[in-house]
Amino acid sequence: MTRTATLTLTATLLASTALADEVTIASWGGSYQEAQSKALFEPAAEATGVTVKQETYGGMSDVRLQVSTGQVTLDIVASGSGSAARAGAEGLLEELDYDVIDVSTFYPTLKSTYCVGGDVFSTVYAWNTDTFGADGPQSWADFWDVEKFPGSRAYRGSVAGALEPALMADGVPPEEVYEVLASEDGIERAIDKIRELKPHIDVFWTSGAQHAQLMKDGEVDMTTGWNGRFDNAAKDGAAVTYSFNQALLDYDCFAIPKGAPNKDVAMAFLAEISKPEYQDDLPKYITYGPTNKAAYDTGEISAETAAMLPSSPENAALQLPVSLEWYAEWETVAAEMYQEMLTE
Amino acid sequence: MQATSDTKPEGLSPPASTRLNEDGLRRDGRLERLALFGLSSPALILILVILVIPVGWLFYVSFVGADGSFSLENYERMINRKSYRRIFYTTFQVSFLTTGLCVLIGYPLAYFLSQLPDRLANIGLITVLLPFWTSLLVRTYAWLVLLQKQGLVNNWAISLGLWDEPIKMVHNMTGTLIGMVHIMLPFLILPVYGSMRAINRDLMKAASNLGAPPRRAFWDVFFPLTMPGLSAGALMVFILCLGFFVTPAVLGGGKVIMVSMKIVSNIELFVNWGAASALGVVLLVLTMIILWVASRFLKLESLAGGGHG
Repeated sequence: MTRTATLTLTATLLASTALADEVTIASWGGSYQEAQSKALFEPAAEATGVTVKQETYGGMSDVRLQVSTGQVTLDIVASGSGSAARAGAEGLLEELDYDVIDVSTFYPTLKSTYCVGGDVFSTVYAWNTDTFGADGPQSWADFWDVEKFPGSRAYRGSVAGALEPALMADGVPPEEVYEVLASEDGIERAIDKIRELKPHIDVFWTSGAQHAQLMKDGEVDMTTGWNGRFDNAAKDGAAVTYSFNQALLDYDCFAIPKGAPNKDVAMAFLAEISKPEYQDDLPKYITYGPTNKAAYDTGEISAETAAMLPSSPENAALQLPVSLEWYAEWETVAAEMYQEMLTE
Repeated sequence: MQATSDTKPEGLSPPASTRLNEDGLRRDGRLERLALFGLSSPALILILVILVIPVGWLFYVSFVGADGSFSLENYERMINRKSYRRIFYTTFQVSFLTTGLCVLIGYPLAYFLSQLPDRLANIGLITVLLPFWTSLLVRTYAWLVLLQKQGLVNNWAISLGLWDEPIKMVHNMTGTLIGMVHIMLPFLILPVYGSMRAINRDLMKAASNLGAPPRRAFWDVFFPLTMPGLSAGALMVFILCLGFFVTPAVLGGGKVIMVSMKIVSNIELFVNWGAASALGVVLLVLTMIILWVASRFLKLESLAGGGHG
């Protein structure tokens, strides 16, 4: 409430000099959106005089509903890179204008025609430090090794980020994972590997808040999940840590739904929040890295913080970057096959 | 109307005088029916708008394929993939088990309440209804806090020495059933309690007067009279269970997958609404078949509160 009031006030004050523009931004809520709001949306609103309205939403299916009924209310949506790629291919998103948004200092893979990267995160394996100490599993093979690391596991309930670890545990080198996955046999091989671990998987999680809670409550001893959530859980006193080795490097991005009411303002606002001076603040609130390399040069991100971020050069080198092309082509088929395994 | 009576064989026609009268009566009848129809038309239109058209639309959309043309692909997928069969099986299994447990727990409770004096019975009923004051989501998460491995129940039981290792009571079928029975119980107790209160207590006295031992009096006299309430409650619970989403999603640990959850994931996953609509259609049809079968054994009017017809 106070936030909205402040923003409105700011906008009103600036209205005399700038146009009283507004954008509606939808994101995922929780500690993630709070971080985005503090690091990106609020300061950018202040600097540009744009009034920002924030909402939470249920993902690209909401955008599809809005676009197909012609009732588009959202100007900017935060999205996973894979679902944005699919939504873009489906015609649900506006093409981004990279003459307006300056991406010259971006990591080249962290933007696409329809979506500009907002933060870099990793899908990691995390473990309970009370159960395994600081030296927990150091590879996906360890995650699968129930002799060496006896204990209950949690694993992702949908296919995104679920198959790559299984193949690595099965001995496929990271650089060949997507090659192997590019056929139904390869997908089945990964799913068979998960079948093998399934008796030890207590929970198939469906949200970041859930896997953080599972570790906080000690409900499982080991899980897959998104690194920032575990850092925040550890900050709250949970006995949890994780490793970047063999983790999946992925990014979240911002897109504009087709027919957004304030498309031009939205484009300009995206240009603003993609600047390094905003991106360098994000790691203060959640351990997700900037997509703009220049953010490391502003001095805001300390060497200590950088070492914890998924996109720092040392950490990035340990990881497998997620292949959007693979998801665009195979996700639907793989999801149906994954469901077979879940319901057995 | 006139035309049909003209074609009637001459021999069967009533005498001319009554036929005159008959025309008048028929006109009146027609007017009356028109007036009735006129009066009920707002309700009919409402039902058409909020029920018939959307369900019809659901059917239509379920036959639209990914490329926008008529297609059976959404149904073929359900046949080709075993997971869909298993999801429907789980849905009906959870619904049957929840209903059964609700009957086993709710019927004796309703009986107990119905035998209490009015004031105590009212207090009892309020406690039955109390959970409705809390949001379903909160109640579901409360079960998670209670039942998880380091939850209250396990911690207490272990410190009291009831068991040594934490028991898995949640993130599985057990947890789902506990949560669902808790939420559904009032829907069973209320109609059963209603029908029990409506029973004339003299009937039981008469039964024992005629030499029936208490057990026999209960099963032969009391129980059959509560059947309308029981079947109404059980059916309501069953039908509500079929579409449940939150409780199995939270307490099932991702392993108890019901149709509603698959509908959500299909909306996320597939480019067309048809993939999700087809699931809705199949669930609707299966439910109607079950209702039809049930209606052959139970008096479904009692669902609408008719009771003793």
